Amino acid sequence: MLTEWWTYRLSDFLLFSPRTWYRLHELHNAAIWPAQLVALALGISAIVLLLRQRPASRVVTAIFALCWAWVGWVFHLGHYATINWAANWFAAGFALQALLLLVFGVVRRNLSFERAPTQDPLVAARCNISATAQRAAGLALLGFGVLAQPLIGPLLGRPWTQIEAFGVTPDPTVAATLGLLLLASGRAARVLWPLPLAWCGIAGATLWSMGSPEAFLMPLVGIAALLVRVCGATGSMRTSGR
Amino acid sequence: MSNQAAPAVAAASAAPVPNPATKPIPSTGERIPVIGLGTWITFNVGNDPVARDESAEVIRAFLDGGGTLIDSSPMYGSAQDVIGYGLDRLGAASRVFSADKVWTSPGSRGPAQIETSRRRWGIQRFDLLQVHNLLAWEEHLRTLFEMKVAGELRYVGITTSEGRRHSEIEQVMRDHPIDFVQLSYNIVDRDVEKRLLPLARERGIAVIANRPFREGALIRAVARHPLPAWAGDIDCANWAQFLLKFIVSHPDVSCAIPATSKVAHVRQNIGAALGRMPDEKTRRRMAELVGRL
Repeated sequence: MLTEWWTYRLSDFLLFSPRTWYRLHELHNAAIWPAQLVALALGISAIVLLLRQRPASRVVTAIFALCWAWVGWVFHLGHYATINWAANWFAAGFALQALLLLVFGVVRRNLSFERAPTQDPLVAARCNISATAQRAAGLALLGFGVLAQPLIGPLLGRPWTQIEAFGVTPDPTVAATLGLLLLASGRAARVLWPLPLAWCGIAGATLWSMGSPEAFLMPLVGIAALLVRVCGATGSMRTSGR
Repeated sequence: MSNQAAPAVAAASAAPVPNPATKPIPSTGERIPVIGLGTWITFNVGNDPVARDESAEVIRAFLDGGGTLIDSSPMYGSAQDVIGYGLDRLGAASRVFSADKVWTSPGSRGPAQIETSRRRWGIQRFDLLQVHNLLAWEEHLRTLFEMKVAGELRYVGITTSEGRRHSEIEQVMRDHPIDFVQLSYNIVDRDVEKRLLPLARERGIAVIANRPFREGALIRAVARHPLPAWAGDIDCANWAQFLLKFIVSHPDVSCAIPATSKVAHVRQNIGAALGRMPDEKTRRRMAELVGRL
């Protein structure tokens, strides 16, 4: 559909105004209330479970699978698709991520948060982050997505009714998921990275086109998480003598 | 005007309708007001009831100002639904010149998309259907010409934007009996003056100018400066009218389709169809001024 694709600007793909985007969040929030509180409780529960000596990996993964499925079904398909036909594809992506989380984390138990973060022999970066530091970064990103990121909109002057809450809207859900993946061990975790990283790019491009001040945030979250993962993996390889 | 050849004769309210400048569609001689209403971004408000009502008020102000042509596309998200909501609310479905597009590939999907668009607008048939950005244009043009012969459509057109695929557009204009071509033209993007506008005149094709304000960027750029006093000589009360009068005063341009979500802005825009129009000398002066700004 895109001949002469190089002549298009990012803004040519933006189908709606910033006002419509934030009103969409307001209408979405009003329609699902008080699901935001339930999602927040689930997010906090996940953090608490991960801080235990023996984290309940399957329960935590199931919580995140539920959040991805909800965002895909209710936010993308139920609301975002009314102003952006591409949201149907986003919904499919979020459904796929929910499925992957369920299959690898709940059914096949290939995902664990009980040991030190994963060691990936394919990674060859020249840096070194200890497993402890990677775990701390993961928990920090998880906490940011669940508790802090939803506050950015109100801090920028947007009304509370337009808040983007964890578990029911994409950006904080994706940020928290990347934090979770930094805590994960097991090679299956690798297949869970592409979709959240892709969303970081899509979210950044959307907000950039709208001229939003927080446009850099999701790309930064994605890059930071990936760097920690890559460096952490190398560091773990060295400390494990492989 | 979906079911009648005559121009709209009534506005959405009981107020007297102004008499905007019109130009003929070369293939039939039917006249259309030189200012239309675009819906890209501005009418894509989803299910927001407040914004839908505001869009309906924009349509009302547009019709009250004597406008008739509303342009949309299946690519514009919920814009078609929002137009349909507004027309239904105002009872104005029969009073607009409905211009939409077909935008799908392969071309075999065209008829189904057109029918979906028609239902969204809530009209019996479109006045004008255009192949959006030349996507699968050969198949779509075949469909549209068949619809025209069958009386299911009054006019056939093609579109492009921002200077893309002009050589292909030129070929279609030469080889096919289209009624309309839609392209980007404004006071700073004037490439089409060289070949496409003269060709449209030669082939008897009506021209719709999209992106008259470069999606608002032109307005924002000039709004920092005072409107020159001589703008009053061509009955411009604001920069929007200044920019629009430049476009529609080109002898080969039939109408411009500025988009807005604000009633005040649509009133300004439709006001560009009133009063004196710039002559060639004044048009040069206008372009020089904006070029300097």
